[in-house]
Amino acid sequence: MALMKVKFDLKKRVKLAQFVWLMYWFSVMAGVLVFSMGLFFKIELRKRSEMMDNNESHFVPNLLIGVGLLACGINAMGGKICYDSLDPSKFSRWKPMLKPFLVSCVAFNCLLVLTALLCFLMRIPLQFTLAEGLKNALKFYKDTDTPGRCYMKRTLDQMQMEFRCCGNNNFRDWFEIQWVSNRYLDFSAKEVKDRIGSNVDGKYLMDAVPFSCCNPGSPRPCIQYQVTNNTAHYSYDHHTEDLNIWKRGCRDALISYYGGMMNSIGALVLLVTILEVIVMIGLQYVNTSLSNLANPEDPECESEGWILEKTVKETFTDIMDKMKAMSKGNAVDEAGVDGVATGS
Amino acid sequence: MVLLKLQFPLQRRVRLAQGLWLLSWLAVLAGAFTFSLGVYLKTELLRRAEVMDNTEIHVVPNILMLVGLVTMGINLFAGRVCQDSLDSARFPPWKPFLLPWYGLAWMVCVWLLSAVVLSYALQGHLEESLKVGLRNGIRFYRDTDVPGRCFQKETIDRLQMELRCCGNTNYRDWFEVQWISNRYLDFTSKEVKDRVRSNVDGRYLMDGVPFSCCNPGSPRPCLQNHLTDNTAHYNYEHQSEELNLYNRGCRQALVDYYMGLMNTIGPGILSVISLQISVLVSLRYLHTSLEGVDPENPEADSEGYILAKGVKETLMDVKTTVFKLLQFGQVEAGDEAEAGADGEKAAS
Repeated sequence: MALMKVKFDLKKRVKLAQFVWLMYWFSVMAGVLVFSMGLFFKIELRKRSEMMDNNESHFVPNLLIGVGLLACGINAMGGKICYDSLDPSKFSRWKPMLKPFLVSCVAFNCLLVLTALLCFLMRIPLQFTLAEGLKNALKFYKDTDTPGRCYMKRTLDQMQMEFRCCGNNNFRDWFEIQWVSNRYLDFSAKEVKDRIGSNVDGKYLMDAVPFSCCNPGSPRPCIQYQVTNNTAHYSYDHHTEDLNIWKRGCRDALISYYGGMMNSIGALVLLVTILEVIVMIGLQYVNTSLSNLANPEDPECESEGWILEKTVKETFTDIMDKMKAMSKGNAVDEAGVDGVATGS
Repeated sequence: MVLLKLQFPLQRRVRLAQGLWLLSWLAVLAGAFTFSLGVYLKTELLRRAEVMDNTEIHVVPNILMLVGLVTMGINLFAGRVCQDSLDSARFPPWKPFLLPWYGLAWMVCVWLLSAVVLSYALQGHLEESLKVGLRNGIRFYRDTDVPGRCFQKETIDRLQMELRCCGNTNYRDWFEVQWISNRYLDFTSKEVKDRVRSNVDGRYLMDGVPFSCCNPGSPRPCLQNHLTDNTAHYNYEHQSEELNLYNRGCRQALVDYYMGLMNTIGPGILSVISLQISVLVSLRYLHTSLEGVDPENPEADSEGYILAKGVKETLMDVKTTVFKLLQFGQVEAGDEAEAGADGEKAAS
């Protein structure tokens, strides 16, 4: 009892082969698209690798690039097979390879599903990497004279302006670190000495944020210094003031940016998987319809095509039996060899 | 004395027609390209429409869009004509349209050239328009509670951050304007009262700039207030400090941006002009070579030329034709007057 049996005359076979060939070309383009998405994602991760402490895992974009290239190769080969399928002499060359090729297609589709799943799950390790990376980035903001870290200030300022965020979790992260370099602090002034004396580590802490935290949409000019002191500014209440500086933390902003990108890429990979399954089924039909000609000498006769020769259950039990037979065969061989060895 | 005469055996005529067909399709694409360039330029100008005072500069993208569409049309016509040209039955209906077509193609080239020239000539107008627009933007920066102007602050802030510029000519423009709204000034404090009294108009002026002027590439945290006072900040000298704020004025930044755009568009337009001229010349040769074909012997050689007589003689001919048309009109009026006079004489 074959699975999804369909009758094919010559015209239908030709149309099927042409359709599957066209679908294979679309799949090649889809493979190129997946490859370019992987490349794009890799570049985006590299652009902000300073915020991730140069520690981010590039496994998912590398996997996407590999899968894209593999898809191009497999689909090009499938297209060639379809193209040759209408010529019996050329097709007979491909026949022995067809079963292993279809099995590898199944494995490739499983790999695609796994890739899509990984895309959706990558958000979690990214969150941890960003938390660590941003904390360090904030600490090195003032080190504009230290080689290797001198561009951290500019990078962080530009990122806060671009992503409309402030600090790691929120703007209060800036209150806990010294972000003004000692070169610009007058250590003879009383105010500076007081602030430094007020904490254990001798850091110049203040309730102020850098200018890049300012929100241009605020109706009043930006209040950066003494942000939590209501009396320092006229008509100001920091509890109700929403528009002055960005409220969102940069970790949340970057996670939602990368998360959105990864969700779209994951959805795209799922669509490509569906396309791959369709072409695989199409190729199986082409294969079975050409292999089961009622009269091998007459290419114009009717034939039948199916997806599986027996039902799903029977095919599955067949596979299990084969595997058991193979393992038993090994055991018998070993026993036989041992027996012969001990016997002689 | 014919201008640029060439011999056209049958094979050459056929090849000319084929080449022209291909060229005309390329010219259609070039027309589409011109149209899209016009659209792109117009969108870029509209994006910053809030800091521009007038829309004179919009004439350049408008010309490009219009001429792009006309180019597509005439080149589709040219392609159709040369498809029919080798069939002696189908070609004659097109003949009367060819003379106006040459005129139109010539006009297209002239308009495209004028668009390129205008884009450079209107630079002064653009600068004036930006000067006034930015001056108003800076003046109305604080009016975030006035309907119609409440987005001026956000517009100017985003402009300064995106284009890395400060003020109109430079950052000192902010010193001459009160950019903090009265709602946020404590008029009971001595400092505010002093500043407001220190000038005729009673404005709160200070040597400070908004945060959007700050340069992220500066090694020290941004200094926005008391910019001309060296003692207000530790280790600060305002004459030598270059990286603290953006040095460029926004007017210069915008003019540079738009001139850069026009400089990129210019060579594209010039190549479209040369393509159109080559289509024009090829079609003229095809036309004249097909006219010269002997009807009894369609496969014989023929001659093609650009102008039947020399340039001067052709211009004289055109002049006399135009005069004749005018005279024809005058003579008719004269005849009527005579007939009227005769009629009166007969009546009296």
